[in-house]
Amino acid sequence: MSTLLETAVKKICKKLDHDPTRLLDVAHAVQVKYRCVSDEAMDVIARELEIPRVTVESLVSFYAFLSKEKKGRVVIRLCDDVIDRMHGYARIRDAFCEELGIQLGETTPDGNITLERTACIGMSDQAPAALVNDVVVTRMNSDRVREIVRELREHMDPRQLVRTYGRGNNSHELVRSMVRNHIQTDGMVVLSPVNRGEALRKALSISPQEVIREVKTARLRGRGGAGFPCGMKWEFTRAAERDDKIVICNADEGEPGTFKDRVLLTEFPDRVFAGMTIAGYAIGADDGILYLRAEYTYLKAFLEDVLERRRRDGLLGKDVWGMGKGHFDIRIQMGAGAYVCGEETALISSCEGTRGDPKNRPPFPAQHGYLGRPTSVNNVETLCCVTKILEEGAAAFNQHGTQQSSGTKLLSISGDCRSPGVFEVPFGTTLKEVLGLCDGEDAIAVQVGGPSGRMVGPERFDGQICFDDLSTGGSIMVFGPGRDLLSVVHAFLGFFEEESCGYCTPCRVGNVLLREGIERVMAGRADPEDLEQFQALGKAMKAMSRCGLGQTSPNPVLTTLESFPGLYESRVAEDPDGYCRSFDLGEAVALAEELSGRTSAHAHAHADTETTTQREGT
Amino acid sequence: MSDKVTFTIDGVEVEGRPGQKIIEAADEAGIYIPRLCHQPGLEPFGSCRVCTVTANGRPCSACTQPIVPNMIVQNDTAALQDYRKTLVEMMFVEGNHFCMFCEKSGNCELQAMAYRLGITVPRFPFLFPKREIDASHPDILIDHNRCILCGRCVRTSRDVDGKQVFDFVERGPHKRVTVRTGTRLADSDADVSDAAVDACPVGALLRKRVGYAVPVGKRLYDHEPIGSDIEAGSAGKGN
Repeated sequence: MSTLLETAVKKICKKLDHDPTRLLDVAHAVQVKYRCVSDEAMDVIARELEIPRVTVESLVSFYAFLSKEKKGRVVIRLCDDVIDRMHGYARIRDAFCEELGIQLGETTPDGNITLERTACIGMSDQAPAALVNDVVVTRMNSDRVREIVRELREHMDPRQLVRTYGRGNNSHELVRSMVRNHIQTDGMVVLSPVNRGEALRKALSISPQEVIREVKTARLRGRGGAGFPCGMKWEFTRAAERDDKIVICNADEGEPGTFKDRVLLTEFPDRVFAGMTIAGYAIGADDGILYLRAEYTYLKAFLEDVLERRRRDGLLGKDVWGMGKGHFDIRIQMGAGAYVCGEETALISSCEGTRGDPKNRPPFPAQHGYLGRPTSVNNVETLCCVTKILEEGAAAFNQHGTQQSSGTKLLSISGDCRSPGVFEVPFGTTLKEVLGLCDGEDAIAVQVGGPSGRMVGPERFDGQICFDDLSTGGSIMVFGPGRDLLSVVHAFLGFFEEESCGYCTPCRVGNVLLREGIERVMAGRADPEDLEQFQALGKAMKAMSRCGLGQTSPNPVLTTLESFPGLYESRVAEDPDGYCRSFDLGEAVALAEELSGRTSAHAHAHADTETTTQREGT
Repeated sequence: MSDKVTFTIDGVEVEGRPGQKIIEAADEAGIYIPRLCHQPGLEPFGSCRVCTVTANGRPCSACTQPIVPNMIVQNDTAALQDYRKTLVEMMFVEGNHFCMFCEKSGNCELQAMAYRLGITVPRFPFLFPKREIDASHPDILIDHNRCILCGRCVRTSRDVDGKQVFDFVERGPHKRVTVRTGTRLADSDADVSDAAVDACPVGALLRKRVGYAVPVGKRLYDHEPIGSDIEAGSAGKGN
């Protein structure tokens, strides 16, 4: 037995105090060191943490960035979300495959480089992009791909692929990234200049209850998408029985097309951490967790440094409340590649070191969250708003926005527009105005709120960005003339299928059935009943799914059926002979034909008629 | 705090105890809420979603939702029954269920649920997944083709047998039940006398050499639909 591995894994477990709730970190450390979490490593982890071996396997098989099979020294993860596909993903992929001499999902024979695809990495404004280990590479073209491969073969050091740094903190010595901020508007609230320490000072000069009251007066609603009133969430958490409360910042920005939290964490980390600290003070917490998605690992060292500086400056850590009232500190929990972890109870599961399965509610996190502790989970942008509210008062915050949706909203805009990037707009801004801002006026459709949101056509471009009209966590994808919207729907469904945790039936099965159904429509083999089935499936998924993922995943189909019925009607028809078009007789009897060595006249006769009919139809 | 919680299910007044889940109080009142992953005595799981009802207008799984005074629960509505049908159809097309030669036929909760809900054939195309059969154990068999991922074996083994033979691995449509120690059931400490073996509502976890022992006509669901025992249990009590 290779005792070397055993010793190393034991060391990793010891470093994390043999704490089973840190299993995700243990597994991740092993993955980084050995490029996999092998059977043997899982045995050691299970023994050391005194947990069932299957628990380790369950976790490793859940997260996309953990693997049982050994990966290359360098793993290239190509972002294949819809926006990247629009910007040449296929060409990039093919160039990588050709240059590396391998297929997607494979590792070069020398074990050096693995090529994979991954869901949105939060770089839609600079697509096509990829992660090379932790290093973000943006705006690639085929020529650059060839250079990247050549360079990697020379030095095997992804960091050297970065030639020029993005502005602001992207060039910070702990970041050194080519990522660009693309902040396209002057900051009104969230993106305004930071007055470090001021908000916290003001918060601490009033009581926690008064802090909550101020946030309630500002009518601050959660920016992650659900829009739950922040002050109310804090009140519930504060009122919970247990004393060991905790605040978690949800920086698992996974909704395809969203990247505003990336910019907030890069340029306004003090505002985020101040918001967490204020939240901690308000609810009576001793500690907080920033849950950072694995795709943003390149920001981790920088954020750790910001935390350290805040500790040094008395803005965090021991006696931060002053007068011996207690302490508050923050740790960063890295994710490992799972969209569903953006759902707050799944995020809590992940923080607890388990699979990112959402939990049953009730109990709600405010009563029984992270390790049973009363927990407030808040979005990065929400916490930035908190800081501003405490800094300048609720009234200043309320100047912006509408009655039901106060303040501003950060939008991550990508796709067919000349100025993609991050925009801060007051709630109530119309989609038409937004398209004007980003130079995307000729859009034929806009996906508001990411795949889980809705696809909006020009007749609704006068709709407003706010909680009760066009609600969005920030993702705005613009589709210009000539885009095939059905393939967009198809890509979204594939995304949900892949990212479903698989816990509940409607989401686990429904997404597969919808994706296959759309494929039938795209192939011109759908029957009119198929569209009825989509509705039935979609409605059942929305009503019966256990968490937000399954409740919103049929939206791409349901919203396009409503706004773009022509997409479907032009491709769906009754079969002239009364046959079920989705049933391919030739395909069904193919195996029998092969076995018997005969061909079926009937099967092929029908297939021929079908082709002819289609040709006539076009 | 009162020791009674009064609420209604489809307009019928029901009395439950504080802390009870909707499904538990309904069972005691003789009102059947269709379910597959729920089993009395096991930790509520909420995965099959068949027991979804609306409580004060909001959908929730009756097996996980605690009762509160004056709660208005809708159970037997056309919309919910249709959604339930959709879910059960999903389960049929997701796996490979061949009732005509499955030894669980007649005693299978999934099959019985389909009959109760009036499903003759699923509306959706079959996915025909390729799944494993683990027949390595001398006395027990796992046929993953019929597994509906209800987690009853996982929970029973962990909480009743005190063994944790099973758990889930992978995610999404690839999620499956696996054996604790390795890849094969034979390598685990599963035993034919484990309560987990009987926990399976379908024909995924089976005892070997006892199939088809009960003749047609004498099987569990041959005469009365699934849930009849609950409805008969305290008939008239809620009315």
